[in-house]
Amino acid sequence: MKEHVYETVYLREKDFQEGRVLFETWDPNARYAWDAGIAIGRFLQELKAGRLVGTRCANCGRVMVPPRMFCEHCFVPIDEFVPLEDTGTVITFSLCYVTWDMVRIEEPQIPAVIGIDGASPGMGIMHLLGEVDPKAVKIGMRVAAVWKPPEEREGAITDILYFKPL
Amino acid sequence: MIREVAIVGVGWSPFRSITPDLSYKEMMYEAAVRAYEDAGIDPRRDVDSFVTVAEDFNEGTSIFDEYVPDQLGALHRPVQTITGDGIHGIAAAVMQILTGQFDVVVVEAHSKASNVLTLPHILAYAMDPVFNRPLAAHPYFIAGMEMRRYLAETGTPLEACAQVVVKNRANALRNPLAGYGADLTIDDVLASEPIAEPLTRLACADHADGAVVMVLASGETARALTDRPIWVRGIGWANDTFWLESRPWGQARYAYLAGQMAYSTAGIKSPRTEIDFAEIDDTFAYKELQHLEALGLCKPGEAGAWTLEGGTELEGEFPVNPSGGSLGEGHLLDCTGLARVLEVVLQLRGEAGPRQIEDAEVGLAFAWRGVPTTSGAAVILSN
Amino acid sequence: MGRNRVAIVGAGMTKFVRRAQETAKELAWKAASKALESCELTLDDIDAVVVDTAPDAFDGIHMNAEYLSDGAGGWGKPVIRGYVGGGTGVFAAIQGWYHVASGLFDTVLVVCEEKMSSCQPHPQGAFLTIFDHTTERPLKPNLLWIFALEMNAYMSRYGLSKKDIALVAVKNKRNAADHPAALLGDPDITVEDILNTEVLAWPVQRGDVSPISDGAVALVMCAEHVARRVTDKPVWVEGVGWSLDTAYWTNRDLSYPTYVEEAARMAYKMAGITEPRKQIHIAEPYDPFDYKELHHLEGLLLFDKGKAPEATALGITQRDGDLPVCPSGGLLGVGNPIAAAGLMKVAEIFWQLRGEAGARQVPGQPKRGVAQAWGDLMQVGTVIVLGI
Repeated sequence: MKEHVYETVYLREKDFQEGRVLFETWDPNARYAWDAGIAIGRFLQELKAGRLVGTRCANCGRVMVPPRMFCEHCFVPIDEFVPLEDTGTVITFSLCYVTWDMVRIEEPQIPAVIGIDGASPGMGIMHLLGEVDPKAVKIGMRVAAVWKPPEEREGAITDILYFKPL
Repeated sequence: MIREVAIVGVGWSPFRSITPDLSYKEMMYEAAVRAYEDAGIDPRRDVDSFVTVAEDFNEGTSIFDEYVPDQLGALHRPVQTITGDGIHGIAAAVMQILTGQFDVVVVEAHSKASNVLTLPHILAYAMDPVFNRPLAAHPYFIAGMEMRRYLAETGTPLEACAQVVVKNRANALRNPLAGYGADLTIDDVLASEPIAEPLTRLACADHADGAVVMVLASGETARALTDRPIWVRGIGWANDTFWLESRPWGQARYAYLAGQMAYSTAGIKSPRTEIDFAEIDDTFAYKELQHLEALGLCKPGEAGAWTLEGGTELEGEFPVNPSGGSLGEGHLLDCTGLARVLEVVLQLRGEAGPRQIEDAEVGLAFAWRGVPTTSGAAVILSN
Repeated sequence: MGRNRVAIVGAGMTKFVRRAQETAKELAWKAASKALESCELTLDDIDAVVVDTAPDAFDGIHMNAEYLSDGAGGWGKPVIRGYVGGGTGVFAAIQGWYHVASGLFDTVLVVCEEKMSSCQPHPQGAFLTIFDHTTERPLKPNLLWIFALEMNAYMSRYGLSKKDIALVAVKNKRNAADHPAALLGDPDITVEDILNTEVLAWPVQRGDVSPISDGAVALVMCAEHVARRVTDKPVWVEGVGWSLDTAYWTNRDLSYPTYVEEAARMAYKMAGITEPRKQIHIAEPYDPFDYKELHHLEGLLLFDKGKAPEATALGITQRDGDLPVCPSGGLLGVGNPIAAAGLMKVAEIFWQLRGEAGARQVPGQPKRGVAQAWGDLMQVGTVIVLGI
C-alpha cells in the first residue's frame, strides 16, 4: 500500500526562520454580538443579581441549567423559570497546566462540571474551582459559588469568579 | 428520479434586519415547530435524519454542528451539517431518502447576519489566502468586475439591472415574511451610491435574520401525511473553478451546470415552457439576469430586455422572484436557498396570498453561494 | 442496503506531517490523485465530489470547501461538504455512500483534508470558539479541559488507572511504526514512556494525545456495476450510522458515549449484524486520546462497559489478537489531521479487507470491519461497516 501514499514536504521551524519558505499571514477580523434571547437573556440578568436560575419542563419535570425555552427531550416550549442554589457538587474536574496555546502554567486551572443544587440530577454547568489545594479536589466534592461584588457584575458567567469548597 | 420525494412541511421565523428578541436557538425552534405542525409529525418519533446548513464563520462558532440538535428535536438521532447553501441541504436530504433507508428527513438553515459585526471581513476570509486576500479589498469588488463583464458581453443596459431591484422589492411589499419591501424607481437604484462600479448600493441585497425548516418525505409517507405534497422533481448542484484568475467572468457556468443536472433528473427538455415560475438568486441585481440566462430560461443576453418588458413580473409570462428574492426579503446567508424554495412551495400550494401566481404547477429554485464562490444549486418542484 | 449497493474501490492518502509545505488545496489534490491512481480511474470517471474538512478556523479560510473544491477534483462537478466536527472523516464516507446509494451518481470521489498548522500560534486556537459563546467562552476554556473532564469521569466510574489507558497509546504508536504515512510510529515505545510524559490537563498527559497534523485522504466509491468493472476486490459498504447528542454537554453522563452506541446500532442493523463481537473481525475506533479508543470500543458494543481496558491489557486488541483494534496505528500513531484522520480509518479497513495492508496486515483474512469517528462537543458518533 506504500504506493498509495503521496509524500509531503515536512517543514521545520528553521525553514521559516532562515527564509527558505515564504508564507502569508492574516489576522482575521471576526467580531460578533450574539443575541442572548429569552432563556439565556434571563439567565444573564439573574447572574447580575447574584442568582442562578433554571427552567422546568412541564412535561418531563426536569429542571435544567443552563435554562432553555424548549425541552430537547419532549420538544415542548418551556416558560417556567426556577430559582436554583448557588451551591453544587463536582461531577468531574481537571487540573490544567497549560494555556490554550500550550504555554505551561505553574498553578493549574481547575475546570469542573458542577451539578447545581435545585436542578435535576446530572444537570451541571462548566466553571472553575478556586481557593482549594489542587490535590484535594475530588469528584463528589461540595462547592459554592464565589460571586463578584454586586457593583462589578455585568450579567455574564464570569459574575461568578469560581466555585470553592463548602 | 428513481424514488419519489416530496416536501410535506415548511416552517419559518420571519425575515428581519435585526432579531434581538430571539437567540439563534430560539429562532430555529420557532421555524421547526411551525414545520412539524405543518407536516403533522412529531420530530422525536417520526424523523429519520436531520440536515442543518451552516458555516462556522457566519455563526462565530467553530463546529457549529454542536449546537443544532436540541432546538430541532433531533437529540440522539442522525444529524449532519452541510456547509453549503440550503439547497445543498435539500440535496443531502433527497439523496438520503432515495437510498431507501430514510423516510422522513428534516432540513434546516438560518441566518443571524445581524450578529456578525464584521461581515465583509468574514466574506474576505473566503478568498484564496495567498493570491487574493492580501489585496485587502471589499469582496464585492468581485461582483463589480463580474457585472461589468456580463454587461459588456451581453449588451445588457444598466436599467435592466435596476428594474430587477424595482420588481423584486415591489414584490416583497406583498410578502409578509419579507424585510425589505419598497416602492422604488429605476432612477433611485441607478442614483444610489456606487459600491463597486457598476454595482450600486440598492443593487446589492441587504442582509436579514431568519430561519427556515422543511420536512421531506418519501412518496408513500408523503401521501399518508398530506393531500398536498410538493414533489421534488429534479435537483442539481455544481461548482465552477474557484480561481478568480481563470473563471468565465461573463457567464455563470455553475448555474448552467446545476441547472442541467436538475433538468436531466427531472426529465425536463424545455425549461422555459415546462416550468411556470422561478425563485432565482439575486444577491446582486445583475445576478438574476445572468442566472436566468445560464439556467436556459431565456437566451444569452435576453434577460435584460425580458425584464424591462415586464416578462418576469408577478403578472408576467414567467414570474421571477415573486417573494421579492434576496433583494426584497433580505439575504439570509446560508439560508438563502431555503427562502427561495419556501416561496416555490407556498406558490405551488396556492398559499402565497396577494402574490399568488395563477395555475402554478412547476417551479424552480436556484441558489448561488455568493462571492467569492462559484457554487450553485437548483431544485425543481411541482404540485 | 440502499437502492444501489456501494463499494469502495480505491484509496489514497498523503503522508501525515506536523507542518506540510503543501497548501490545503495541494494536499487534497495529492490524496485525490493517489486514490484515482489506485483504481486506475481518472477525473473523467467521477460524477460527484464530497470534500470534507473540519473547522474552517484551522485552514483560516471561510467556506473552505469552496476554496478546496478544484484541488479535490470538483471543478465543473457537483461538490458538497458535510461536517460533524471530529466525526467528519468517517461521515465523509457515509456521504459518499448516500451519493451512490441514492442512484443519482455512479462514481464519487470522497476527499478529506486538514491543514491544522495554518492556525497560529497554535491550532488549538481554532477550538477556543467551539464552546457556547455566552455561557462558556467567557471562562476562556481550553480544548483539553473537556477531554480531561470526560477522561476523569470514565476513569472514576470504572476505577481505571492511567496505566490501563496508556496501553492503548503504546499499542497504537507501535502499530504505526509499520504505516508509511505515519507521523509518530515507534516500535519500541513502552508504557513508562507514556506515563512519564508531561501532564497537560490531568489526567491527560502528552503521551495520551494524538499529534497536530497536516494531511489528506481520499476514497473512490461506486455503484456495483462500476465496481465489478473496475476491480475484482470491491469492499462493500454494509452499514452506516450516525447520531448526535445534546449540545448541553454539562448535562450528560460523560462516562459513556451513548451517541456511539446509537450510531453503531443503526449501522449494525443496516448490515444485518446481530452479534457484533462475532461478526466484526477488525475495528478502527476513533483514538485522538488513548481513553477514547476504550470508550468507543464499549460504545461500539465490542466490549462491555468498563471492560475495554482489561481486553487491551490481555492483548485482545493487538494486531494478532482476537479483535485487532487500530492496526493502522490510529490517530495516536499515524497522526490526527482531523477529517483526514477519520477517513484514514475507513481506508485502513479497506486495505485490511483486501489484504493489502503490508506489514500491518492482520492475520486470518478478516471479512468485516468497522470504522468509527467522534466529534463536536464530545457528542457525535459516526460509524461505517465494511465487508467483502
